[in-house]
Amino acid sequence: MIDRRPFVQKLLSNRKENLRVVSGLGTSTWDLMSAGDNKGNFGFIGAMGQAVPFALGLSIAQPKLKVVVFTGDGDMLMSIGTMATIANHPMSNLTVLVMDNESYVETGSQPTATAGKTNLELIAKGSGIENSYTIDSERDDYKILKTIYEEKGPSLVVIKCKPIATPLVFPHSFDGVTAINRFMETF
Amino acid sequence: MKTREKDWRNDIFDVFKQLNITLVSHIPDAGHTPLIDLCEKDNEIDVVTLTTEEEGIGLSCGAWAGGRRSALLMQSSGVGNCINALALPNICKIPFLSIVSMRGEWGEFIPWQVPMGKGTPKVLEAMNVNVFRADKKEEVGLTVDAAAKFAFNTRSSSAVLLSQRMIGAKQFKNG
Repeated sequence: MIDRRPFVQKLLSNRKENLRVVSGLGTSTWDLMSAGDNKGNFGFIGAMGQAVPFALGLSIAQPKLKVVVFTGDGDMLMSIGTMATIANHPMSNLTVLVMDNESYVETGSQPTATAGKTNLELIAKGSGIENSYTIDSERDDYKILKTIYEEKGPSLVVIKCKPIATPLVFPHSFDGVTAINRFMETF
Repeated sequence: MKTREKDWRNDIFDVFKQLNITLVSHIPDAGHTPLIDLCEKDNEIDVVTLTTEEEGIGLSCGAWAGGRRSALLMQSSGVGNCINALALPNICKIPFLSIVSMRGEWGEFIPWQVPMGKGTPKVLEAMNVNVFRADKKEEVGLTVDAAAKFAFNTRSSSAVLLSQRMIGAKQFKNG
């Protein structure tokens, strides 16, 4: 089980200029923001289930950039059909990173389906995202970096995380217009 | 092969081309089929088949952030799937355009289509979407043009409801 916050920070510690990062609501956004303020980030704070389709739209519009979306197992389960959409409209520049802590940790750690019988990697493979795998060790960060920057996507990595709440780190603004305008300045 | 007569779907397609709408997502509806065919044959337009209509909202917003304009095609039943997702274009003032073929209103044969057909304009308005409506074939192009420009010029959400009377109610036949 991975300690998610330092892991996200490590993944982004030497980020390349061609990377854009989207995060799903809640802990994924706080994790992303904890890695340092960057105009190339766009963090969801609501609209559950929309981060992954947003990242797909972005990857279609900006095929020369690398697009990563960090999101939780809860958000991914809500947009599970988007795995099929991604597989059938494959963008080589898209990587989905699912921070799977098997729980809705922000609301009291109720178990998600992945705490039970559900396996997101198998669903991703069955959806047709061939480059899908699970990691369970911080030492495998190099695999993810290779996937993001070098491998032909779309890719999906399930990152098994400890089910612990992390401190809130808010984006520079809660205002959606400010946030999207700032993000768009990077294109 | 059946030749397609020039009809109001061509008018929608022409608006897409004029306004540089180059990403079209959909859950198909029979009323949209000729338009989807036109888009698929166009080299500049990417067509994405969704698994649920709400995906089309995030997709459209992400594409706009990256510099591409898009439209979501769906039937009225799909509008209900989109409600919370509409918070995204609303809160970020991202232009969002949808073309909705209406069911459950004129000559409807399937009672299950009626509740969402009746609810469609109400839930769109409740989520701050500007609702336009086309009842006649000759006004479709102008209405879609107005709705699209409204969305892209004022950074808001627009939906065009295409009347079932105009589209023609779906007929079910045995055998």
